[in-house]
Amino acid sequence: MTDIKKNDSHEKKSNTSTESNTMTTTQLTTREKVELSLGRRRAAETRFRLYGMASVFFGMLCLVVLFTDIASKGTGAFKQTSLTTEIVLDSDYLNLNKESTIDEIRFANFDGLIKRHFAKMLKPKGRSAKRELFKLISPGASWQLQELLLANPDAIDTSVSIELLMDDDVDQWFKHDRELAEGHMNDRLSDQQLVWLNSWIEEGKLDTHFNTLFFTNGDSREPELAGIHGAIKGTLLTLMVTLILSFPIGVAAAIYLEEFAPRNRMTEIVEININNLAAVPSIIFGLLGMAIFINIFGVSRSTPLLGGLVLTLMTLPTIIISARAAIKSVPPSIREAAYGLGASKNQVVFHHVLPLAMPGMLTGTILGMAQALGETAPLLMIGMVAFVVDVPGFINDPSTVLPVQIFLWSDSPERAFLERTSGAILVLLSFLVVMNTTAVILRRRLERRW
Amino acid sequence: MNFSSLLIIVIIVLGGAYFLGRNRARAISNQGVRMHSLPDHYGTLMALWTGVPALILLLTWHLLEGPVINHLLVAQLPAAIQQADSSTIQLTISKVYNLASASGIAADPSLLPAVEHLTALNERTLILNSGIALSLCLVCFVITFRRIKPELRARSEMERIVNLLLLSSSGIAVLTTVGILASVMFEAWMFFQQVNPLEFLFGTTWSPQVALRADQSGSSGSFGAVPLFAGTLLISSIAMIIAVPVGLMAAIYLSEYASSNVRKYAKPALEVLAGIPTVVYGFFAALTVAPFIRALGTDLGLEVSSESALAAGLVMGVMIIPFVSSLSDDVINAVPQSLRDGSFGLGATKNETIRQVVIPAALPGIVGAVMLAVSRAIGETMIVAMAAGLAANLTANPLDSVTTVTVQIVTLLVGDQEFDSPKTLAAFALGLVLFLATLILNFVAIKIVQKYREQYD
Repeated sequence: MTDIKKNDSHEKKSNTSTESNTMTTTQLTTREKVELSLGRRRAAETRFRLYGMASVFFGMLCLVVLFTDIASKGTGAFKQTSLTTEIVLDSDYLNLNKESTIDEIRFANFDGLIKRHFAKMLKPKGRSAKRELFKLISPGASWQLQELLLANPDAIDTSVSIELLMDDDVDQWFKHDRELAEGHMNDRLSDQQLVWLNSWIEEGKLDTHFNTLFFTNGDSREPELAGIHGAIKGTLLTLMVTLILSFPIGVAAAIYLEEFAPRNRMTEIVEININNLAAVPSIIFGLLGMAIFINIFGVSRSTPLLGGLVLTLMTLPTIIISARAAIKSVPPSIREAAYGLGASKNQVVFHHVLPLAMPGMLTGTILGMAQALGETAPLLMIGMVAFVVDVPGFINDPSTVLPVQIFLWSDSPERAFLERTSGAILVLLSFLVVMNTTAVILRRRLERRW
Repeated sequence: MNFSSLLIIVIIVLGGAYFLGRNRARAISNQGVRMHSLPDHYGTLMALWTGVPALILLLTWHLLEGPVINHLLVAQLPAAIQQADSSTIQLTISKVYNLASASGIAADPSLLPAVEHLTALNERTLILNSGIALSLCLVCFVITFRRIKPELRARSEMERIVNLLLLSSSGIAVLTTVGILASVMFEAWMFFQQVNPLEFLFGTTWSPQVALRADQSGSSGSFGAVPLFAGTLLISSIAMIIAVPVGLMAAIYLSEYASSNVRKYAKPALEVLAGIPTVVYGFFAALTVAPFIRALGTDLGLEVSSESALAAGLVMGVMIIPFVSSLSDDVINAVPQSLRDGSFGLGATKNETIRQVVIPAALPGIVGAVMLAVSRAIGETMIVAMAAGLAANLTANPLDSVTTVTVQIVTLLVGDQEFDSPKTLAAFALGLVLFLATLILNFVAIKIVQKYREQYD
């Protein structure tokens, strides 16, 4: 029906086009004009809708690409290649016996023992071949033997079966490059090294295991020994300091602003100030931490205490804003009922409003903590970028945090560190997922609708 | 006895004071006297009076102890060192600290008086500190305990103290701003003593390397920040070109077109993008996007820097999408339904209604949202620190490598710093510019958004 009308009007248009403009307008009624434009308008409508869908789709696509990219790079970090071998703990070579003290075991030459073991086994010819062979084994292997002997001193002079850590180049080759065609291979391994490795594979000695060291070690220059334990501990300590300081202060400030503050110029300034602080770039808080906490108050650098102080100032506005929203959502009837029973202002606030607003405040606090967990820039400024091998024990030990560890590793040229960086990102993201899910569940279960 | 054990002792005393106060109040009321307040109020009042002054004293003491001891130590150092520059003094003082904590290491005999002085000082301050704090505790305890009488208005007094504590908590936010301004401005002022502010704001060469020794040849440092401002603007513009249209269209789609089911899942999914730590975006930009753009450019015969502004800008844009979309979503939802209904009644299609009625009505709010997003983009650090370069090129070519204000702040301040070299101080001058720029953007944007919200309430 509309099609015919459209054709009609088209004909009319072409007929009248030679005539004057005034004639055109008089011959077309408004209804006809609208119908004439309908096709174009509907197409515009569809297009507009498509743009919208495309935008949402683009956002989702970015999310998916980001996650798959990092997951595909990072899952390898949770596996580590090792070589199963039988090695004799020769008491003469190590100069140890069953009664040896811990110190004697610590200083024994396990490194030499491993080298002698492999030299005997594969008989490399010449110095360079020997060096190539020893390069396949991680420097951490001697530490493994040492740990084994420390745990069981009776094992001396027996033949023990042990899974020796392999070097990161071997690890990468075994996990990723082995099946690649010739020429695409990692050129970090020589032909001779590949011959040895392939023979080990044929004997079924080379295998991957779950990489526990990644979760139990601190940072290291050797990728196969580098772990995130130190960074996770540092993160937890830093977040603990942040939580202990920012939650009470944030809640108290919110209560004051929402319930007690007089409506005047001063309060207005404080409110504007808090809103602005929430949007100040985080790096500025790093400058503040450096100039005030380090230079004036002399708090020591690189510590979770200092990191926690800086992150407290950074998350306070977020916590205050969400806590105020939670207080606002408690209906006035609750307050009036409490007043009616003779409660004082403070009793109304602390006995009735605060408990009812608590779930909302907790949700906001968890979100603030999640923000602090991912923060990197201000912590770079206050010295948390130091290379820290030891796992921090308390809030005044030098330490690093997970995001900064990611930043440090991402700078390393080794391919194995790239894998570990992605692995650490996966751990960081799973922490964030847990925190955000907790916040959502908390909100669903505890928050009341009035 | 160190600071933390003192803290614990004070907290234990505070708890004890609560119970003693409450029990005394109970004992009095059991005699049949009518008290003004509940026993709990007397207990809390006791705890507050016993704990709060001592805690405040402990904290201020702890914060001021370090600088004061340092000051006293300098007087004990050999005259030659006292005359030296501040970094030598700092170094010697940390040496003295190490010597004092690990006795038995052979020391420079000239430092010995200072080491002994430090050990003595440490002992003395500790005794003084714990003595004063604990006696303050005790005195306040006794005074308040004696005041517990039926006519003492314990509840109102307690409430006044609590309100004061609440007030001071909200003051911390103001103190933070003052602290930021004071620290950044002070160091920036020191910088402008050495470098002309006009040269800083309008100079076009940025090479902050300063010769370490007087006889060293090479660069004397030049602090023209225009390339940094230009680089920041270039990367932020690329980010906004991505984020504004996509974010806005996503917000329009989700609030006007999408079914509630789609909205329920798509909105949080988009917001996940905002929750990802920036260091992750930086890693993604540097190791996935930048090589991809470089390879693509090489295929097309373009010369692309491996640290191109485009890669950093694109990823930053993706990060900001949810920021724009959730803020615009709020303002679009705030446009009253009656405006839409009126437009539909006149025969407009949905898209015409949105473009000619809803968007103009929501425009101030959207502008505010975009301004907040811009301030976010220029303050963003990790993405640019990892994916953008360090070379201060003055260029508008997005395929080239540029550097930004935030990257330079990080590079200048990570590692060892001397607080008298213009190289370190320059970071604070850049920080001041960044702070003021974002502050103005935020201030105006928040005002616009608030004003707009009230309009339709």
